Amino acid sequence: MKKILALLLAGCMAFALCACGSAPAEDAENTGDETTAAGDTIVIGVFEPLSGDNGAGGKQEALGMQYANSVQPTVEIDGKEYTVKLETADNESSTDKAVSAANTLISKSPSVVLGTYGSAVAIAGSDTFADAGIPAIGVTCTNPQVTEGNDHYFRICFLDPFQGTVLANFAKEELKATKVYCLGQLGNDYDQGLINYFKEASKDLDIEIVGDDDFPENNSDFTSYLTNAKNAGAEVIFAPCSISYAQLIVTQAASQGIDMPLLASDTWDNNTVLAAAQGKDVSVYISTFYAEGGDQEFEAGFKEFINSNSENKTNNGGNDMIAAVSVMGYDAYFTALEALKAAGSADPADVMAALPSVTHSGISGDIAFDETGDAVRDTAFIKTANVTNNVWDFVKVQQIAQ
Amino acid sequence: MSEFISSNLQYLLTGISVGGQYALIAIGYTMVYGILRLINFAHGDVFMIAGLIMVYATASLPIYVSIILVLAATVLLGVIIEKVAYKPLRSAPRMSVMISAIGVSYLLQNCALYFTGGLPQVYPEIPFLSEKINVGPATTPMVTLVTPVLTLALVIALVSLIKYTKVGIAMRAVSKDFETSELMGIKINSVISFTFVIGCFLAAVGSLLYFTAYNSVIPTSGAMPGLKAFVAAVFGGIGSVPGAVIGAFIIGICENIMKGLGWTAFSDAFTFVLLIVILLVKPTGIFGEKSTDKV
Repeated sequence: MKKILALLLAGCMAFALCACGSAPAEDAENTGDETTAAGDTIVIGVFEPLSGDNGAGGKQEALGMQYANSVQPTVEIDGKEYTVKLETADNESSTDKAVSAANTLISKSPSVVLGTYGSAVAIAGSDTFADAGIPAIGVTCTNPQVTEGNDHYFRICFLDPFQGTVLANFAKEELKATKVYCLGQLGNDYDQGLINYFKEASKDLDIEIVGDDDFPENNSDFTSYLTNAKNAGAEVIFAPCSISYAQLIVTQAASQGIDMPLLASDTWDNNTVLAAAQGKDVSVYISTFYAEGGDQEFEAGFKEFINSNSENKTNNGGNDMIAAVSVMGYDAYFTALEALKAAGSADPADVMAALPSVTHSGISGDIAFDETGDAVRDTAFIKTANVTNNVWDFVKVQQIAQ
Repeated sequence: MSEFISSNLQYLLTGISVGGQYALIAIGYTMVYGILRLINFAHGDVFMIAGLIMVYATASLPIYVSIILVLAATVLLGVIIEKVAYKPLRSAPRMSVMISAIGVSYLLQNCALYFTGGLPQVYPEIPFLSEKINVGPATTPMVTLVTPVLTLALVIALVSLIKYTKVGIAMRAVSKDFETSELMGIKINSVISFTFVIGCFLAAVGSLLYFTAYNSVIPTSGAMPGLKAFVAAVFGGIGSVPGAVIGAFIIGICENIMKGLGWTAFSDAFTFVLLIVILLVKPTGIFGEKSTDKV
């Protein structure tokens, strides 16, 4: 009797685990068109964090791709119509899960891979794609090392040397800051990269960096860091970190009565960060790729797509606000289609050869690659959290002071 | 001097508050170890699940009802874990139970991942605890001050429960000698269940306080506090309730002083170096009883 019970319970547990494991796969299946034969299908890999520290952002980026896929589910190559199928792999925002997620994707033999949110994970997965000869298009990974020194990684967004400089310029021009405190996650390439470029730009702009701290992974107590900033006499806190830490920093700054503005980068452009700031006495400024209101037609369509399905809505953070990363995901998908057309085949090697000369006029602007495989971008949008209406208010288009 | 206090008060307040929260988790570790000689690795995750229950409960229920529900549901979860994953292994080697505990820990994390979809959940504000107050020059939420007071009150209640009540005497007897106390007519299973009830109740209270201060719950939220509470329990002498509490306060305060000194990158490393040092110098911890048991 006892043995049967034990077996039964073990079975339950195994089932629960299986249920956990298979859920993302179901998501992926929903996004593709299932009715076509394998021969007419082209697979585009979606390499995104659907859980973990940047899960909220990765989901929104993937939503942009899914929407693009629903708008344009086919691609014509050499007069033949192919159905595009999106295959998703969750890299859990973690550098040690990146390789296995990349391998999962490779086993589905994609022509090209899109992603990922978070440069550190992109760098970690990069070599796996290189070895398999599969080109990748980075959507919002902004660290230079993603594309540097390789032929297979491309990207459609701006880079951190640019973003860091833009933010330093903004801190100087608009926030009138002369003393800045920097806070980033220990060992995270994205955070540390941006902080370095911010610091470099600060030297030329006469901004003094009064403090620079690193917090360890899984940290949730930021009060001491905020006290450090206050004691150092900082006027602005620059904290370009992952989304889940952003939430904590915002709420703790508010409850500690920190009155200096929080300045951050594209990762913070997320509903969950905005939700954390609601009704609190805190000011948040972020730089991002796209400001809501840029393309009415796209936005109307995307909102309908989100509202049509409760799961999409949950993945978008519970409302139909448009995140810049979704727009970038949308543009990345169409850039990939352009590359497929230019390659004239679904063979990853042909796509890789065709990518450098691909151009695309996306929602977020014109995309063309330079010799390292980076998009040529010269503007960033600055937004601020409206703490009463739960929206991001557009502040300005920021360029680098010459 | 006053300037020194005004700039450093915040670190101390945070340290004491975090220490109190670690203490509430650490008691769960130390009591279960005391009775079962088991390091319940799932305890940190029970703490995280308590946080998630609160998030989902407040979506449809008033806050005070939710709090009661969280306390009840967490206790129930702890008892179920004990009945399902530990009790059938009572006569098995100790290592099997520990592996079972690790399994439960991952099961809980993955279930949380499944239900939340991997998104961080914003913890609801508890009216009184979330209020801002000024302590001299430092501004802090009310929870920072409530935590140490509540922790101490609960610990005093717990210690007197162990000392003076019948079930407390039974617990002490069981922790001294399992078989003999069974022969004396003590119902081992109900004593063990009761231990889990207390441990999980305190973890639930700890989660209310912890997530009110750091209000985002992710599936791995329980990992770090759980690990640090475990270190605190070892530091104070595993098996000893006052030891766990004092260990937790020491760790909480030291951690924040480290951050204040600017060694932020080492604040976690410090905790674990402390663990190693304690194990080398005084393996039984500050208040630990001498014993030949090894895990």
